[in-house]
Amino acid sequence: MEAIVFFVSAAIILAGGLGVIVLRNPVHAALSLVATLFGVAVLFIDMEAYFLAAVQVIVYAGAIVVLFLFVIMLVGVDKAEDIYAEPIIKQRQFAALAAAGMLILVALVGVAFAGDVTGQPSNEDMTISRAIENPDGTTTPAETSNINQLAEALFTDYVFAFEITALLLTIAVVGAVVLARRPKGDLQPLPDVEPSWALRKPRAVTPTEATDPSAGDDADQDPDETTVDQAATDGAETDEAKA
Amino acid sequence: MLNILAQPPTDAIPTPDVAWSGLMPLLILSGGAVLLLTIVSLAKDFIPRWFTPIYTVLIGIATGVAAIPLWLRVTDTPSAADPNNGPFATLDSSFGVDGFSVFFTMLFAAVVVLVALLANDYLRREDIDGPEFYVLMMLSASGGIVMASANDLIVMFLGLEILSIAVYVMAAMHSRRIESQEAGMKYFVLGALSSAVFLYGIALTYGATGSTNLVEIREFLSNVILLNDALLLAGFALLLVGFGFKVAAVPFHSWTPDVYQGAPTPVVGFMASAVKAAAFAGMLRVFWLTFGSYRTDWQPVIYGLAIATLLVGSFVAIVQTDVKRMLAYSSISHAGYLLVGVQAATNEGTATVLFYLAAYAFMVIGSFTVITLATGPGDAKTSLTDIAGLARTRPVLGIALTVFLLGQAGVPFTSGFFAKFYVISAAADANSYGLAIVAMLAAVVAAFLYLRIMMAIWLDGDEVADPTELAAAKAGIPVPWGAAVVLVVTVGFTLVFGLWPEPMIEMARDAVPALAIG
Repeated sequence: MEAIVFFVSAAIILAGGLGVIVLRNPVHAALSLVATLFGVAVLFIDMEAYFLAAVQVIVYAGAIVVLFLFVIMLVGVDKAEDIYAEPIIKQRQFAALAAAGMLILVALVGVAFAGDVTGQPSNEDMTISRAIENPDGTTTPAETSNINQLAEALFTDYVFAFEITALLLTIAVVGAVVLARRPKGDLQPLPDVEPSWALRKPRAVTPTEATDPSAGDDADQDPDETTVDQAATDGAETDEAKA
Repeated sequence: MLNILAQPPTDAIPTPDVAWSGLMPLLILSGGAVLLLTIVSLAKDFIPRWFTPIYTVLIGIATGVAAIPLWLRVTDTPSAADPNNGPFATLDSSFGVDGFSVFFTMLFAAVVVLVALLANDYLRREDIDGPEFYVLMMLSASGGIVMASANDLIVMFLGLEILSIAVYVMAAMHSRRIESQEAGMKYFVLGALSSAVFLYGIALTYGATGSTNLVEIREFLSNVILLNDALLLAGFALLLVGFGFKVAAVPFHSWTPDVYQGAPTPVVGFMASAVKAAAFAGMLRVFWLTFGSYRTDWQPVIYGLAIATLLVGSFVAIVQTDVKRMLAYSSISHAGYLLVGVQAATNEGTATVLFYLAAYAFMVIGSFTVITLATGPGDAKTSLTDIAGLARTRPVLGIALTVFLLGQAGVPFTSGFFAKFYVISAAADANSYGLAIVAMLAAVVAAFLYLRIMMAIWLDGDEVADPTELAAAKAGIPVPWGAAVVLVVTVGFTLVFGLWPEPMIEMARDAVPALAIG
């Protein structure tokens, strides 16, 4: 029974994960993320971690994915994107090959040696240590709720890990602000540099080439676009300077 | 978590003891970062521009100073007068304080101080305001301290994430340069993948040993003979991939050139020194210290990685034309030398890695200081032709860069020479003669790269030989005070420890890692 639940939920998780990267509509992708997270919750139930399962559904499948959907709709990318451009030739084939190789590797490890989870304590150990000794010498099996066990783990063995997660959250907040904020004020323009897709090619060597945006590697770039962007930025800057 | 299930329920959970003195450097650095964030957000209008970098420098110094009493305590042997001396662990054996972790704490403190001084001028030049850079750098460095002190794989993973996520943001910090954004994005996507692989490795290791605590894992491995160790070895492999990515070992190096080229130059200095050091600290802690009894299984893999890293780093660097890319490949080849020291899997090998990391951190921060100053606004002029004639137009920068390049090439009378010498002799002592020979050959090939940059800055660049232009170039951009301090310190470090390496290598030998229970 446990094995059946495991394989069914594993299939749901993998299908959801695949959906996230394959589906063209971001909303659909976010919804298949729900399938993945839900499958993980089922796995938690399978392992009798009911509290974690509930948290998984409420926090991840509920709150976080809803937040994703909010962002997707607010930013307005809730339509199918053309994801068929290939910056690297045959990248899809390479990616498929790499994914297949990875899967085979994982499958080898997982299937061939599934019986050898060598770190598992023996059943006897578990029963003895989980039992409570009564004053009259008999023992009764321990009955601890999920929440107690979780609290104990978080406040004993993993208390340090639990606390330093705070640093991670601080970084996430600061990082989100830094990346979302646009520079403002009267800024010195940056010198012309070649666009990012020329990163791997050698830089233009002569000064004339470096200053002329239409020369060299970026000949395929639309010159009008650059000018418009430049003008727009300039306009915005002067407006702010006036204000 | 199974050992938790095994405990009988009690009404009050007995919480573990906390040795606050051992946590002090970490608390100062991370608390200092959060405090800076609070101060600046509350009193934004009253705070002068110099406050943030000076504050960061002071916090860095305080972190280093707080580490000194710890160093004296953990490197001493327990005596009747001081029974507490020697390595210890706290928080249920999840945070270890030993010579190794304190050594790295001091190194990260030094890196924070130097990069803060350098970044001050850079951020001003690039019109990036706000304290976020400093906050992220301090938090990232505290992640490094966590990694170097972790006695638990979960703590190690969190340290790795704290370190990396802050650096992803710092790499993308220059919002007006698309290269910076691209670098941040690439680093983030590939780094997230490598973190996932690392986590998978932790899961498999947990399955194989029944614990995430390094002390318990080591006990398990030395007490239990596994008839089928496939799961454990798979865990090793995945953990090694995670670390290999962070140290930029071939074949997990492909992000390095693009990220080094695109990211803001001071961030690159931080990446090349602190991130690499932290990843090697984690690698030594997990592989040498914990999986030491299985060294015959992982040594050959690191042997192969080291050879690939040395060769690719040295040979591919030759054909580059961009200085930042060249230094990226140079940092890959340095990772190769460090792997040579790790592969030795001896106490001496570990000590040589520590010496190498310290020497390299100072040289690489110095190099990127010169690059920051020489490449001008927007990090635009980074090709070899752009910095041609640097030694003639700006002799101070030229001489400093020459020192750093000679150091990285491993020329005698620089700390880089002893760094390379020690790792190679450690490899030879561990009977890895083939690896030692490849490392020496790679040093010769890599020297060509450094010579090429030196040729460019000393001999090329005749077009600026026009006297008026030369005078204008000399008068144009003075060396800002922060960068000047960095240059003096890094050049001094490189030369002093190049002539007299004993204090440093003795310190590295004292910094033996230990897995204490506490």
